[in-house]
Amino acid sequence: MNEHLDIQLIAIVTAVACALPGVFLVLRRMTLMSDAISHAILPGIVLAFFLTESLSSPLLILAAAGTGVLTVLLVELLQRTKLVKEDAAIGLTFPALFSIGVILISRFAGNVHLDMDVVLLGELAYAPLNRLKAFGYDLGPIALYVMGTILVLNTVFIFVFYKELKLATFDASLAAALGFAPTLIHYGLMTLVSVTTVGAFDAVGSILVVALIAGPPTTAYLMTDKLSLMLILSAIIGSVNAVSGYWLASLFDVSIAGAIATMTLIVFGLIFLTVPNRGLIAIARRDARQKWEFAQTMLVIHLFNHEGLPEAEAESAIADLHEHLSWDPTFTNQVVRYALNNRCVSQDERQLTLTEQGRAIAQQALVQ
Amino acid sequence: MENLSALIRLDYTLMIVGIGAALLGTVSGALGTYAVLRRQSLLGDAISHAALPGIAIAFLLTGSKAPLILVFGAAVAGWLGTLLIMSIVRLTRIKYDSVLAIVLSTFFGFGLVLHTLIQRTGNANQAGLDTFLFGQAATILESDVLTIGILGGVALIIMLIFWKELKLLVFDEGFAASIGFPIRTLDVLLTSLLVIAIVLGLQAVGAVLMSAMLVAPAVAARQWTNRLRLMVFLAACFGALAGVSGTIISSTASRIPTGPTIVLCATVIVGLSIAFAPNRGLVWGRIRHRRSRSDLKTAADGLLKQSQQRSE
Repeated sequence: MNEHLDIQLIAIVTAVACALPGVFLVLRRMTLMSDAISHAILPGIVLAFFLTESLSSPLLILAAAGTGVLTVLLVELLQRTKLVKEDAAIGLTFPALFSIGVILISRFAGNVHLDMDVVLLGELAYAPLNRLKAFGYDLGPIALYVMGTILVLNTVFIFVFYKELKLATFDASLAAALGFAPTLIHYGLMTLVSVTTVGAFDAVGSILVVALIAGPPTTAYLMTDKLSLMLILSAIIGSVNAVSGYWLASLFDVSIAGAIATMTLIVFGLIFLTVPNRGLIAIARRDARQKWEFAQTMLVIHLFNHEGLPEAEAESAIADLHEHLSWDPTFTNQVVRYALNNRCVSQDERQLTLTEQGRAIAQQALVQ
Repeated sequence: MENLSALIRLDYTLMIVGIGAALLGTVSGALGTYAVLRRQSLLGDAISHAALPGIAIAFLLTGSKAPLILVFGAAVAGWLGTLLIMSIVRLTRIKYDSVLAIVLSTFFGFGLVLHTLIQRTGNANQAGLDTFLFGQAATILESDVLTIGILGGVALIIMLIFWKELKLLVFDEGFAASIGFPIRTLDVLLTSLLVIAIVLGLQAVGAVLMSAMLVAPAVAARQWTNRLRLMVFLAACFGALAGVSGTIISSTASRIPTGPTIVLCATVIVGLSIAFAPNRGLVWGRIRHRRSRSDLKTAADGLLKQSQQRSE
């Protein structure tokens, strides 16, 4: 396998592994928990590193995942005192843990190889260099196996507990009433997020892992109302971001993780603009259409009110309409044209008369 | 004699760093109060990360590493990031926390891309990024203290001028809107003040830990009072206290970074406040609980004794 392929495979597997639990974080309004966990696991990593003196030991992942769950516990403990709100509890906990990690590193690990940049920023380009070898064969990069295992773990967890996760996410009290133990589900999910974050920081670092966890699900959330579809879309978007980010990085010779995050923002922006119904363009077009339809309704109601009465002739003269409706003359002309196109009114010389359709619209609007 | 002058010089440096950290703590403590009360504690985290591309672009455009230019770039990027957050929240159904997360991480990622681009042209060294992430309190100079003092002072004065409006925005946004205050403008104003506090703080504690400087003093102050005026004042004092004590502690031994120490000091202040603040403090609550339980018990015992005597 060549290096390009290796890196892209690792990037895709990491992106999908992060996006799947991310869907539930986004839906449960706990997205920033991933930010907190990814920073707070630092002291866990440092302590495990002191014990094993290796950055790729499985103990590291366990210790860091443990610290991640500890973070969640601490945040909830703070919240339960009712003295601190959730957002502030998160904002207090992870900087404190992170500070302990930084102090530990600079105090005791000054000469050991534990580079802060690696922990925080990661470097995908180096990931394929660390390879799994058995019986003299090269079986591929270790990172691919680590993230692959985590991906399988996440997929199996979501598949097996799909019903429980869905219920606990959308109606926690019903889940509790039915005996589904939402707390257990919650901690299961948080453990997954911790493990995924630790696995991913090797490749993308602890700040950009947030882009992988939050980006694709948030983008998918704009596109669908179905949980199953959101999971699938998130996985696809995550892969697209990963691959396009990789090629962007190779093109300009810049940080791969940074480029993937940049693509995450660009893809989010594109979907945000163009998605039907909820996109910016769709919203703007709907607003414009509603403006004209409202004006047209006002016009037909005006005509309807005076229909068949002695003043009808004066009230329906096109040249004077803007005064009766107190509109701008050019706007009035545009509305008349719009109504004519829709066959709500018909024009004979300088008068407007209602068509059947226009009369129906006016009647309906007045009844409502 | 030489030792003595070295000692004085050291103390002078320490004093400058201490004053700088105290000023930063004051500004971020006071302004952080509003963020915490509006439940936007993590906005600071997002702004501080979103500032990275601004620093890179400022450097790319001017080729200068002057702190004021970089701070300006950081402020513009952080400000744009916040506006983006506000408009996404307004225009879509995406929740606030997801928007923060996505803006924070992707802006930072873009900053990283620009940073590697700069590195490749051989213009800058890695140190720039490390400073951004962790701050470098030890390098605070007299001129920096002046910058912090002036900009931070302006931010605080603006806060005082718009005291009434900001108070209303924090506690009853709907009412403020209904009596005709320009809510969105005030929101932008408050966030801009926050941006100033954050970009000033980046140098001392760095992007990762900046959120603690906004949140911790305010949370601690919240435990002591229910009045906004007192809370802002206390938060400013706690921020300054954390800045000074963190600077002093980190100077007592080698290889203790200042930024994280300041954050830990602030965390300790929060812990003490949550435990011991009058009325709200956990310890007093526990004591009250125990006392009322023993009161109840003596009362129940008395009743039991009375009824036993009567039945005899």
